[in-house]
Amino acid sequence: MVSNLGSAAVPPGYLSNQYSYDEMLGKDGHLRPHWDAFFKSLNQLGSGELQNRNSEISRLLKENGVTYNIYGNSKVDNRDWNMDAVPFLISKEEWEITEAALIQRASLFNLLLQDIYGEQQLIKKGIIPLELVYNHTGFLRQCAGIKLPGKHSLVLYSADMARSPDGKLWIISDRTQAPSGSGYALENRTVMTRVLPELFNGLKVRHLSPYFDTMSNSLNELGARHHQNPRIVILTPGPGNETYFEHSYLSSNLGYTLVQGHDLMVKHNFVWLKTLSGLEKVDVIIRRVDDIYCDPLELKPDSQLGVAGLLQVIRSGNVSIANPPGSSILENPGLMPFLQNVSKYFFGTSLLMPTIASWWCGQPKEMKYVLNNIQSLVIKRIYRGINKSTSVDGGSLSAAKLNELKQQIIKHPFLFVGQEKINLSSTPSLVNGKMEPHKTIFRSFLVSNGDSYTAMAGGLSRTSSDALNFIVSNQSGGQSKDTWIISPEPVQSIILPKKFTEKAAVASNGGVLPSNTAENLFWVGRYTERLLGNARFHRTVIQTIAEGNRLMMEADVQAEQVLLKALTHYTSTYPGFIDEEDKDNEEKLKQPWPEIRDILFNETRAGSLKYDFVLFIRAVHAVRDHWSTDTWRVLRGMEEAWSTIKDPATTGHLKMQHILDSLVTSVVAFIGLNRESISREQGWLMLDMGRKMEQCLLLTSMLRATLVIKNDDLVDYKLQEAVLVSNECLVNFRYKYRSLIQLPLVLNLMIFDPNNPRALLYQLDRLKKSLANLPKTTETTLAAHDLFIIEAYQLIHSASKEKLSLPDEAAGQYLNLDAFLSDMYDILSGIQNAVSKTYFVHAQSQKQLFTTDTPEGDFFE
Amino acid sequence: MYHRVIHKTDYIYQEAVSLCHNIVRLTPRSTNKQFCKSSVIKIVPEPDVLIEYEDFFGNKLVYFTIEKEHKKLSVHVTSEIEKLLPANERPPQNNPVTWEETCLLTAASANGLTDVKQFIASTPMTEADDAIEAYAKESFPQGRPLYEGCKNLMNRIFADFKFQAGFTTISTPLSVVMKERKGVCQDFAHLAIACLRSLGLPTRYISGYIETIPPPGVEKLVGVDASHAWFAVYIPNSGWVEFDPTNNLIPDNQHIAIGWGRDYADITPLKGVIMSSGKHELRVSVDVRRVR
Repeated sequence: MVSNLGSAAVPPGYLSNQYSYDEMLGKDGHLRPHWDAFFKSLNQLGSGELQNRNSEISRLLKENGVTYNIYGNSKVDNRDWNMDAVPFLISKEEWEITEAALIQRASLFNLLLQDIYGEQQLIKKGIIPLELVYNHTGFLRQCAGIKLPGKHSLVLYSADMARSPDGKLWIISDRTQAPSGSGYALENRTVMTRVLPELFNGLKVRHLSPYFDTMSNSLNELGARHHQNPRIVILTPGPGNETYFEHSYLSSNLGYTLVQGHDLMVKHNFVWLKTLSGLEKVDVIIRRVDDIYCDPLELKPDSQLGVAGLLQVIRSGNVSIANPPGSSILENPGLMPFLQNVSKYFFGTSLLMPTIASWWCGQPKEMKYVLNNIQSLVIKRIYRGINKSTSVDGGSLSAAKLNELKQQIIKHPFLFVGQEKINLSSTPSLVNGKMEPHKTIFRSFLVSNGDSYTAMAGGLSRTSSDALNFIVSNQSGGQSKDTWIISPEPVQSIILPKKFTEKAAVASNGGVLPSNTAENLFWVGRYTERLLGNARFHRTVIQTIAEGNRLMMEADVQAEQVLLKALTHYTSTYPGFIDEEDKDNEEKLKQPWPEIRDILFNETRAGSLKYDFVLFIRAVHAVRDHWSTDTWRVLRGMEEAWSTIKDPATTGHLKMQHILDSLVTSVVAFIGLNRESISREQGWLMLDMGRKMEQCLLLTSMLRATLVIKNDDLVDYKLQEAVLVSNECLVNFRYKYRSLIQLPLVLNLMIFDPNNPRALLYQLDRLKKSLANLPKTTETTLAAHDLFIIEAYQLIHSASKEKLSLPDEAAGQYLNLDAFLSDMYDILSGIQNAVSKTYFVHAQSQKQLFTTDTPEGDFFE
Repeated sequence: MYHRVIHKTDYIYQEAVSLCHNIVRLTPRSTNKQFCKSSVIKIVPEPDVLIEYEDFFGNKLVYFTIEKEHKKLSVHVTSEIEKLLPANERPPQNNPVTWEETCLLTAASANGLTDVKQFIASTPMTEADDAIEAYAKESFPQGRPLYEGCKNLMNRIFADFKFQAGFTTISTPLSVVMKERKGVCQDFAHLAIACLRSLGLPTRYISGYIETIPPPGVEKLVGVDASHAWFAVYIPNSGWVEFDPTNNLIPDNQHIAIGWGRDYADITPLKGVIMSSGKHELRVSVDVRRVR
């Protein structure tokens, strides 16, 4: 153990990079004072324990479902968020200077934004060039005149900073349209305080909570002019977005409803949230949807992420939005060289923190400089293109590419900026148990407090994926770090972020379920049961075949074939085992394993178990804030189990059964945990209703696929047994009847028994109860789904086990049973449609009208 | 004497629409060339919200919603416009200013010419590829007066391109129009704009109407009884000078402007978003006639 007196030792093997600034080591090779204090604390843990804690961090982040989605693949790849146990440190002295500079910059950007969409004095007076604004794709002429009430239009601001070799912090880019990362910063801190509480001992680390408290106050202030108890929503592009985790995380931490574009609608010049119980007025929107996607009427016409008419509501002042659309004009590296003069114009003073040296090519002299020094500069476009990298290191280009870039600059000088290349500073990172210097950048977050701005006393630091890498980005790997401001004020040794302020708790309008969320929960319920039903039926079929192969009795072979065909029906994986056209179908039935493997593991085949699993996981992620930590652990386990199936093509039947067994266990655990942890409100209702709905449908189709055709008694016996096994009812049957399996008794148990939780009647009772708890849409008349329920009961009551098990010898089928099951299926589908139509109205798509654009529009055919 | 324009737009929906949001830009502006005496917009069914304002370019627009179920939407606009003789302008045909001088003048001018400078940058709809750039250069040899060059470009587009309704849609890229050499008025306006902007010249897109009085035995002009589009170039000392490449005409008494923007997207006559999954059909009729 290292003594608390004297200096802590430099971690063994830590080689400082001579070309860049070292965050930890001073020029004299000793630890800088704030790092010294940190390492004293850290060294008390010992390196072995530190390694343990580092693994614990990964585990916790994973279990909490912290992810960062990577774009680019056709499917969404939920990548786990990772964090280094060693934080990025900023001394209190440096932070004081930095904080003031950040506040100044946020204030400046606010004035810049208001001027660009207002008077345009800066352009008129020649302080910023017109081309820099007008040629930027983020300048939305539709937003001219839009201003939020109060002093600030720019509510949220965020800056990426880096330290150059001379030790100065620089701002390298600005984030203004929908700054992301504050949620990850909060989660990083939460995990650090849980896993490494000792590290905070004796180190005065500033809290993150004032930032979030200020945010919640400011948003309430913004909404207060609309409503005493304003409704605040977070508008997300949806689960496919790279930072969706953060949207849902902030929503549950701040107590705001998480919504997507189709959850909202504009009526009467106000914004409304569609909920299960009707429309609720929205007062404030925190938006995570990019500017041009906000309103398909006035902005990007094919956007499905926004709300038609939103811009008009904002213009009318009937909703407040942070940040207002059009803010991306400020994400403009071309502005950098002009900010000094803008600051002098607005404040009469210089910038407190220098911006990275930049040359905008729209000016002849600057363009010449950039062209002459292109290899030592980073060349950026003034706006971010879609799927286009915005910055390129001039030094990394081949002669041909360099020439191409030069030509582009000459052709469109307004669009390019040359920036000084910064050799990023290095900060200690724990990699494979060793302390290594890694390049780092740091993102800070500011929020309006009405009069000025409040900076988060911390932030999100990210390091390069390897020690020499210049590029730091979440998309290309690398790690995140908690960021500590070591403060002079005494603070508690353990800092837990405050989850709710009183105000936010009141404002959260709990219990309101957006209808889109309702539908997603309903589908989670359905997929849950579908997985369970499919897994159990697969298991039964696999067992039967595996056993049958040993005995090779005629009845076994027949029963096997019926079951295989039933599997195709049940999973709707046609043609499957019932390919009438296929000459090899006989062969397929004799050698069923390839097909079975395919409908288990082929993710691209509709109806396969893997396919259903993907749908299930997708639905689960879309409503991710409904699951408890324990539930996440189960979900994570399932995802891992499925992703580790190595070679599906050669999986033997025992391995298959094993996979199915563990899937069944996990799904049952998922259901059980939900029963324990989900509050009995509308969300639960939807989930439960989805399950019941699916159970009824599955049971009906299984009975129909297995029992309708009349076979030899022995074959029928085997099929009936399979039905009981697959529905986990064999024990139940023996207990109840103490007799041989026979059709009337099986039907009695599976259809008419009001006490058997797997019986149709029992499921129907539960479904009826759920439906009765749905919010009423009409006062007097029965809802459409009520009528269907009545019909279902009539059908059951008019049937009997004797009647249904009467075979039609000529047809070789139980025709009564077939008719009963097919009618039942139609009625159940009717219920499903009625519920969708009444409660999931958002399903109605939005589309653009043809425009009266050209003369050919006249010749309508 | 003045013109009366009756512009009827009707949407017929297969399934009832529960909510629609629309923006109409069909009210003609008053300029130094025309005075809009009146413009009345009649919408059926009665809108629930109707807000009128001017957009960034000073065009008049109407935002409206219909929030009850409807199976048909009619927007009928009746406008009365008096053509004026433009005053205080140097007749452009005698203006010797060259295209290079214009480029330099507008680029160098600090920020006084905001209204002009903002029409130099290309937009996604007026992006010039190499072929378009090369096509533009042919009309602008060194030292040619800007007006001459524009007129030449207009002549060439008229001669080289075939008017063919139905070949393009609003999303057809200009490069296809250039390659296939066919399109409609809006394509030709966009093409001319792309050409001129590729040289650094301020050019804007004009949406409006054209009146045609077919003399006996003479073929009717294209664009009759329909919305029309053409372009205008800024010529120093003469102001914005209009050209109609579809008809090879310098707009005069027969052209009635609604308004302008950088391209079609800025001045779409009528657009809307409906909540419905059903199909819809569109019927448009335009009638322009002289009233005494």
